[in-house]
Amino acid sequence: MGEEAVFWREFTVEGGDFYNAGRVSTEIKQCLRQIGLSPATVRRVAIAAYEAEMNVVMYAYRATVRLELAPDLVRLLVRDQGPGIENIELAMQEGYSTATENMREMGFGAGMGLPNIKKNSDRFTIRSKVGVGTELEIEVVVAQASCL
Amino acid sequence: MAHYGGSIRIDPARCEGDMACMRVCPTEAIRVRGGKARIIESRCVDCGECIRVCQPRAISPVTDSFADLSRFEYKVALVSPVLYGQFGPGMMPERVLAALEKAGFDCACDLTLACECINAAIERFVRNHHGPRPLISCFCPTVVRLIQVRYPELIEMILPIESPKETLAREIRKSKARDLRLAEDRIGLIYLTPCPAKMLDVIGHPGKEKSDIDGVIAISDIYRTVLSLLAISGKRESTERTQLSGVGMNWAILGGQTAFLKRENCLAVEGLRNVIRILNDIEMGKLRDCDYVELQSCPDGCVSGCLLVENPYVARARVLEILGRLGERPRQSERELVEFCEKGEYFVDRKLSAQLPGPLDSDVGRAIAKIRRFEEIRQSLPNINCGACGAPSCTAFADDVVREEAGLTDCVFIALQSAGWRIHSGDPKVRQVSSVETNSTMGLRN
Repeated sequence: MGEEAVFWREFTVEGGDFYNAGRVSTEIKQCLRQIGLSPATVRRVAIAAYEAEMNVVMYAYRATVRLELAPDLVRLLVRDQGPGIENIELAMQEGYSTATENMREMGFGAGMGLPNIKKNSDRFTIRSKVGVGTELEIEVVVAQASCL
Repeated sequence: MAHYGGSIRIDPARCEGDMACMRVCPTEAIRVRGGKARIIESRCVDCGECIRVCQPRAISPVTDSFADLSRFEYKVALVSPVLYGQFGPGMMPERVLAALEKAGFDCACDLTLACECINAAIERFVRNHHGPRPLISCFCPTVVRLIQVRYPELIEMILPIESPKETLAREIRKSKARDLRLAEDRIGLIYLTPCPAKMLDVIGHPGKEKSDIDGVIAISDIYRTVLSLLAISGKRESTERTQLSGVGMNWAILGGQTAFLKRENCLAVEGLRNVIRILNDIEMGKLRDCDYVELQSCPDGCVSGCLLVENPYVARARVLEILGRLGERPRQSERELVEFCEKGEYFVDRKLSAQLPGPLDSDVGRAIAKIRRFEEIRQSLPNINCGACGAPSCTAFADDVVREEAGLTDCVFIALQSAGWRIHSGDPKVRQVSSVETNSTMGLRN
C-alpha cells in the first residue's frame, strides 16, 4: 500500500465517563462513512470500537484509541491504563463478566464485550498486564463490494 | 416513480441568507453561499426544522393547493387526528369534518378508525415477530429517510406495515367508486398534512409502489378557511359520524402507538436529535430486549408538525381532552380487529434502499488521502462554528473544502490571516488560527 493511502487518528477515552461513552465510536463511524466503506464494514468496526470504548469507561482509568486506515484494512489499537485482566481466556468467554451488581442493573456487564469484538473483527489480539493495563489490536478487512 | 427530490424548497428570491435554517438543521444539510441558502438533498431528511425558523418564509413544503385538485370530480379529505386539536377548546371533531365539507371537499373522512386498525396490526406483528429486535416504527417518514441516509443496516428492522392513510384511501376509493358509479381515477384522495415529510409517503420513497393518495395539502394552507367556516357553522353537528376512535386519536401525540401495545419493553422517542441517539444505540446492538420503538421526528409527535398553526402544547391539551371524551378502549370489537388483521392487506414491501451521501472519493485510496487533508484542514480551523463561511460547523466546512465545494479562504479567519492581518481576539482558539504559519492556508502540515 502506498504511504499516501494511509491515515491514522487518535482519540482518548476517560474511564468512568459514561456521559461521553460512545462518542469515539460515533466519530470513527463518521470517518469510515466519509471514506465510503460498505455499511456492513462500517458497522463491524463501529461495534468493535464501541465495545472497546465501553470496556475502558467501565473498568480502566483512561485509554488511547488509534484508528488506522488503509484501502484494504481498518485497524484499531486500544491501549488502556487500568487494572488489567487476570485471566484473558475467561474474559473471552461469552457471559463472563466482572461487572458489579450495580453496573448489571444499569444494563452493562453482560459479558459480551470482548467476545463481541472478536466476532466483529477479522483479527483480534489482546495483551494484558495486571496492574498496568490492556492492549487490544483489532483488524477488519475492508469488504470490496461498496454499496455505492 | 419520480426521482427523490425532497419535500422542501427554498425560494432564492425570498431568502435573506440569515443562516437561521443552516444553524438549526439536525443533519447539516444546508449551506449559505452567495447570500442564499441551499439544501444538499442527499443529506436532507425533510424534518422541516428549517421551515419553522425561516423569518422571511422563503422555505416552503412542496404541497398542493386546492386549485390543483380541480381535475377530480369527487374530492375526499383524509383527516388526521392532529387537525382536531387545532381549533378552540371543546371543539368536536364532527364539526371540523363538517366545515371541511363546506370548504369544498365532497367528503371529509376521519382517520382515527384506520389508525386503530393499523395499531391492532402492529400489535399482532410485534407479538409474532422473531427476527432482529427492536422493530422500528415506520409512520414518521423523516425517521424512515434518516435510516436510509445514515443507518442502512437498520432498514430491515422497519415495520413492514402501511400508514393508516393508505389503508383508508384504498378503502374509500373502492367504496366511493361503487356507490357513486365513478371511475376510480375521478376520485381525488387528499391528505391534510401536518408536515412536509408526509409528502414522502405519497411522492418520494424511491422504489415505492404508487400511493393511493392523489394530493397533499398543508394544514396551515386550509386553516383560515376552516376556521371561518367553524365560526359560522354554530352548533349544528352531523349525527352520523360517531365512529371516532380514542386509540386512533392517540396517534396525534407521542406514545400513541406504543400505548395500545400494552408492553413494557417499548419505547417512544421524540425529536430528531434524540431519534439519532436511539438509532446509534440500536445500530450498536443495544436495545435487543426492546420489542418496538416508536420514533417521531417532531417534539411530542405529529401534534407539533411544522405545518400546523396552534401552539403544540395547547394542541396537545386539546387532543387529550378529545381523547378523554372518546375513551382509550378500541371502538371496534376484538373480532372486527382480528378480521382486519387476518386480511393482511396492510403489509407493504417498501423496497427501501440505502441512500448514503457520497463518500469523499469513489476510490478508497484517494478517499483516504482526502480524509487526511480533511483532518489537517479541520485542525487549522478555529472550531468555533461561527458559520460565516456558510457551513454550519468547522467540521462541515472542512468536508466542503475537501469536496471542492468551498474554498479555504471562505473562512474569515484564514482569509484575514492570509491577507497579513493578525487577529487579537479574546478567544484563544481564534488567536491560534492567526498564529498558524502560512502553509496552513493550504491546510497542509507536511
